[in-house]
Amino acid sequence: MQSSSEDQSQKYLLQGNEAIVEGALAAGCRFFAGYPITPSSEIAEIMSRKLPTLGGTFIQMEDEIASMGAIVGASLAGAKSLTATSGPGFSLMQENLGYASMTEVPLVVVNVMRGGPSTGLPTSPSQADVMQARWGTHGDHAIIVLAVSSVADSYEITIQAFNLAEKYRTPVILLSDEIVGHTREVISLPPDQPVPIFNRIKPSVPPEWYLPYEDNSRGVPPMADIGSGYRHHVTGLMHDAKGFPNFSPGVTGGFLKRQYRKLANGADEIQMTKQFMLDDAEVAIITYGCVSRSAIRAVRMAREQGIKAGFLQLVTLWPFPKKAVDAVCRRCRAVLVPEMNMGQMVREVRAVNQNATLEQLNRFDGGFITPAILFRKLMSL
Amino acid sequence: MVEHAAKVRHDFLRHDMNFPHVWCPGCGLGIVLGSLIRATSSLNIPQDDLVLASGIGCTGRMSAYVDFNTLHTTHGRALTFATGIKLAKPNLTVMTVMGDGDATAIGGNHFIHAARRNLNITAIIVNNMIYGMTGGQYSPTTPYGSKATTAPYGHVEQAFSIAELAVAAGASYVARGTVHHVPQLDGLIKGGIQKKGFSVIEIMSNCHTYYGRQNGLSDPVEYQKYFKKNAVSVKKAAEMSAAEMEGKFSIGVLADIEQPAYVEEYQHIRDNACKEMAEKGEKKGGDCAQERRDEM
Repeated sequence: MQSSSEDQSQKYLLQGNEAIVEGALAAGCRFFAGYPITPSSEIAEIMSRKLPTLGGTFIQMEDEIASMGAIVGASLAGAKSLTATSGPGFSLMQENLGYASMTEVPLVVVNVMRGGPSTGLPTSPSQADVMQARWGTHGDHAIIVLAVSSVADSYEITIQAFNLAEKYRTPVILLSDEIVGHTREVISLPPDQPVPIFNRIKPSVPPEWYLPYEDNSRGVPPMADIGSGYRHHVTGLMHDAKGFPNFSPGVTGGFLKRQYRKLANGADEIQMTKQFMLDDAEVAIITYGCVSRSAIRAVRMAREQGIKAGFLQLVTLWPFPKKAVDAVCRRCRAVLVPEMNMGQMVREVRAVNQNATLEQLNRFDGGFITPAILFRKLMSL
Repeated sequence: MVEHAAKVRHDFLRHDMNFPHVWCPGCGLGIVLGSLIRATSSLNIPQDDLVLASGIGCTGRMSAYVDFNTLHTTHGRALTFATGIKLAKPNLTVMTVMGDGDATAIGGNHFIHAARRNLNITAIIVNNMIYGMTGGQYSPTTPYGSKATTAPYGHVEQAFSIAELAVAAGASYVARGTVHHVPQLDGLIKGGIQKKGFSVIEIMSNCHTYYGRQNGLSDPVEYQKYFKKNAVSVKKAAEMSAAEMEGKFSIGVLADIEQPAYVEEYQHIRDNACKEMAEKGEKKGGDCAQERRDEM
């Protein structure tokens, strides 16, 4: 890795979708398979231009099911892999996303959210896929879901998404939305504090000893690339440490427990949040994604009026950052959870702390929750 | 020779898998597995460089038994996973094995597009004209008038001809064989693997348990005789009328053409993109001056 001082940091005016590409390439992504869909298509277009110059591969597949299959295959062969889509395509990806979860394949899926259900509102923002991101594929499974709120976020959190995928051998969902994806902001690249890059741990034992799904203290088995001499079997069926189908209660229970345990072990690192003026806050906003932008402004406006307001941004949505949310709920006399859906993450906040005075504020008509809307609500708490 | 063949089978099978396999006694899939092993081993490709991806169904279980890099993927999607593997590591020999329902019903879209792209992958499709694992429901290759557990009054849909479909979709090499004509089948699979570009080997196989039992072919030996009786060489079939071909099918190589294959074509994209960047004086990866670990 080069040190950042060798490169002169420069300012760029980038779109959120462009910053996701830059973050992915910086993280080492060298494979992209996707299918065009608004409002995410820029990611595919820019990847098709940049990846070949880096020795990587871009392919436009016949649909999102195929895109998801291709990135699982590429990641198994050792390439850090990405796909990007929006609601309807995300629905189609759920099948092979489950396969990635079952076989513990690191990869990143970007969902630039738009209004649903179905074809819905192709060019309007929404945050209504947060529960689908957690529970979209069938069956119990562990997964990491992150949400971005700005162009700078889109760059940095994309790198984090790849790092977490590689470190915990898991698919990671990166949620953006039509507003963040299409907003242009100034960003310095490389950033002043470059994000370190993490690569998957490879086996250190000889091939004949290798067990691709063997438990260890971290719950994350080392991962051998296909074609590296560690021949093994990969199946979407429930499987034992060798990777062969095994439906015994002991193997099945152990597998699912390890999947959940490996993310629980890393909770401090995985559950990312950002705090804004929370130290002395009496009322707080908890939100994520594009609404974070309005929240910061609304908190400033409230402070100008003498209201001690603060803001907790959830960067990680799943596993839900319970500790940070609980701390805010305990400290503040009222907590506002605005979302651009009919109330999805607010259920999790309520589950974490049932004594808190919670207010939800929902907009689901394709419009944005503006600072003024939040400010008025804050003043009424 | 016999001794050598036995050793190859031994080396290419996974002995830590719980044999016997899941297939019914007399199933043609065992013959296909033998053919696959003879074809791959005769090419002297290291097992570490062989990849076999399968879908779901009886045929889908084949991947677990061979000691290659193997994937048992989702229903119909084997080719999509194989696409990612081949493009990420073009030096690997990537094959898929799918059933008729797997490849041409739920995976039909992936199949025609892999052929159209001319991806450097060998697709083996075992056609037993029925969904075996789920209990004998009709598939896209179930003949008109046949019985199936979901066509108890007789099937009213026309069947796909898989090999002809592959030819029309643009595959470089297309062949059809049967589990009765085994030496020929070994050669067809070998020819497919050696072909640069997308190759398809359709293998007519017997599901006497589910197709046969409902359609008067419940004895696997009788089923073999059915293949013997109704298979016509591609050359001979070309000289026969449609009426003479009624109920029969051709075996042999249906297409073997030279055309640009995907992996080589994409390398041209990489070369041209780098050249264009250099001419414009831009950095590889574009104009954002940032850390890039150039691994290639």
